[in-house]
Amino acid sequence: MQNSIVRLVEASKAFTTPEGGSVIALDRIDLDVRRNEFLTLLGPSGCGKTTLLQAISGFVELDSGSILIDGEDMTDRPPYRRPVNTVFQNYALFPHMTVGENVAYSLEVAGVAKPQRREKVASALKMVGLEGMEARRPRQLSGGQQQRVALARAIIARPKLLLLDEPLSALDKNLRQAMQIELKTLQNELGISFIFVTHDQQEALTMSDRVAVLSGGRIQQLDTPRAIYDHPVNTFVATFIGASNLFEGRLDGDRLMTADGMAIRHQPCDRKISTRATALIRPEQFFLAEDNAPFPTIDVDLDQIVFVGSTFELFGRTAEGRKVVAELPANRRSLVGTMEQTRKARLAYDPAAVHLIGSNMEGV
Amino acid sequence: MSIASRRRFQLALLLGPVSAFLAIFFLGPLAIMIVTSFLAPGLYGGVEWTFYPHNFGRILGFADPMFEDFDPIYIAIFLNSIEIAALTVLATLLVCYPAAFCIARLSERWKNFCLFLITLPFFTSLIVRLFVWVLILRQTGLVNEVLLSSGLIERPLDLIYTKGAIILGMTYVFIPFMFMPVYASVEKLDWTLVRASLDLGAGPVRTFWRVILPLTAPGIAGGAVIVFIPALGNFVVPAVLGGAKVMMFGNLIEQQFLAARNWPFGAALAMMVMSVMLIMMVAHVVLSGRRSATAALAR
Repeated sequence: MQNSIVRLVEASKAFTTPEGGSVIALDRIDLDVRRNEFLTLLGPSGCGKTTLLQAISGFVELDSGSILIDGEDMTDRPPYRRPVNTVFQNYALFPHMTVGENVAYSLEVAGVAKPQRREKVASALKMVGLEGMEARRPRQLSGGQQQRVALARAIIARPKLLLLDEPLSALDKNLRQAMQIELKTLQNELGISFIFVTHDQQEALTMSDRVAVLSGGRIQQLDTPRAIYDHPVNTFVATFIGASNLFEGRLDGDRLMTADGMAIRHQPCDRKISTRATALIRPEQFFLAEDNAPFPTIDVDLDQIVFVGSTFELFGRTAEGRKVVAELPANRRSLVGTMEQTRKARLAYDPAAVHLIGSNMEGV
Repeated sequence: MSIASRRRFQLALLLGPVSAFLAIFFLGPLAIMIVTSFLAPGLYGGVEWTFYPHNFGRILGFADPMFEDFDPIYIAIFLNSIEIAALTVLATLLVCYPAAFCIARLSERWKNFCLFLITLPFFTSLIVRLFVWVLILRQTGLVNEVLLSSGLIERPLDLIYTKGAIILGMTYVFIPFMFMPVYASVEKLDWTLVRASLDLGAGPVRTFWRVILPLTAPGIAGGAVIVFIPALGNFVVPAVLGGAKVMMFGNLIEQQFLAARNWPFGAALAMMVMSVMLIMMVAHVVLSGRRSATAALAR
C-alpha cells in the first residue's frame, strides 16, 4: 500500500480571461497527499487553491499533467466516477429534498437498499450531531446545521478523500472555531484524508497536519504549520502567515546590514547562503529591553498601542522610519503605562529567534 | 390613522384601478355568459328568458327531445382540442427547455439579444404570421416546392389543413409564452447543486432527473398552464391552418355565436372550456401554494 492517497504530477491549468488573455491557475504542481492526513491549501484569492481542489474533484480538466488517487489515474475521469466527495462553500444542499434524502443521495445513486440507507443516514447524522433531523428541510436549518448536513452527505459513502472548499467561511467566528475542532476530530475518527481550502491562515494553522501555501499557481511551501510559521521559505509565506517584521539587507558575519543602516543580529550558521538575505522577526519575539540584558535592541517611536485581550500590540517606527510591530503579553501593564507616557520603547530580541530568508527564494 | 390602516388604505388605492377594470370587463361578461348558458335559444337568434339546462345536455347527453339530439361530436371535438393543446404544451416545452439552458449560459449582452429575438414575433400581427405559414405549408408552398424540385417526392404532401399543421402553428405562436417562465426558472438554477450531484456520484442523466428537472419544475408547470389555457380556446390558428377539415373547440364556439346565432349553446360550450381551465388553475395554485407554504414555513 502506498503512503500517498493523492498524487499530482506536473498539473497545469490556464484559464482564458474574457479580454482574451490567459491566467495561469496551476503552474506545474507536484503534490502528494498522505493517507489520513489533514492537508490545507492556503493562499490569497486567485492563487489557484480552488482550481487545484476542482482538479482533484474532476470539475476542472488539466491542460497537462496527471492526477492519481489511491494509485489509479483519474486525470480523464468525470467527477461522478471519482472516489472523492466535496463539501461546498455554500453547502449546496438540495432544497427539494429533506435532510435525510440529501444525506442518502450518494447511497441512493450507488443503489444501496433502503433499510441500509436509513441506518447509515442515522449514523452519519449522529456523527455530525444532528440525530433525528432526517425529515427537516435544509431551509429550516441554521447555517451551522446546514454545514453539518453537507458534511454528513459528503462522508456517508466513505470516500477515499474529502475535499472541503472554504466550508467555514460563512459561519460566525465562535461557530467557526467550534467547527474547526470538530472537523479535526471527525477526520481522526473517519481515518480518511481531508483536503481543506481556506484563505484564513489561522484556520490553516489550527487544523492542519500540513499546510500548502499557494501563490501564483505554485506551491510556495508545503510543511507542518509550525515549520511554515517559524521557517518560511520566502517573504511571501512570511508575510502571508502571521504578522512579520522583515529586514532586507546584506549579510556580514552575524549581522544583517540594511541599506538604511540598521544592523540585525542573527545566529551565524554553518550553511553557506547568499550574501543578500531578509531577516524575519515575528512580533511576539520582541520583548522590552532590561537595562543590562545581553540582547540586541531596536529603538522605536510608538504610533499606536493596541490592547487585544491577551496581548498588547505596539506599532512603532525606527529612527530610519521603518515600521515595526511587536506583541507583548498583557500582564506587563505597568510598562505599557510608562510607554504610553513616553511614546518610546526599546525592543529587544534574541538573535537565535531571527529567521533568515535567502534572497534567491531559498530558505535557510 | 394607524400605520396598519394607512397601509391598508394605500394598498386599496394601488389595487383599485385593476380591481375596477376586472370587475367591469371580466366578471361582468362572465356573469352574462353563465346566465346565457342556462337560457333557451331564441328562434331567430337572441335568448328566451326561461331556464333551459339542455344546452349542456346537447354536449353531455341529456338533450331537449323536442329540438335536438345528443351528439357525441361535441365531446369528440372537445377531447380533440385538449389533445392538440396538450401536444402544443409538449412541443413548446421541447423547444424552449433546451434553448433556455443555452441562453441562460450566454453573456449578459447575448442573453438580452436572444430574449429580444424570442419576443420579436409579437411586433407583427398574428394573422400575418399565420398566413406566412399557409404560404409555407400549402400544396404549392415552399416546403412542397423544394421537395418536388429536389425529386424527393412526386406529388405534393398534404401539409396544411391537418392536425399537424395546427400543432405546428400553435407551437409557433405559443413558444414565447412557454419560454419566459421556463427561462426564469432555468436561469436561477443553482449550478453548484448540479455539481454537488455529480460529485456525489450521480451521472448526468440521473442528475437531470433528480436535481435539474425538479428544481426547474415550477417554470415548466407555469409555462404549461400559460400555454395550455389559451391553446385550448384558440380559434385563429385552427381557422387559418386547419381550414374546414380540423375543428377545435374555439371554432365551434365562434360558429355558434356568429354563424348559427345560438348564443346559449355557444355560452354552454364556452363554460366547458372555462371549467377545464378552472380545474387546471386551481390545481396549479394549490400545488405551487403548497411549495411556497413550505418555503414560508422555513423562513
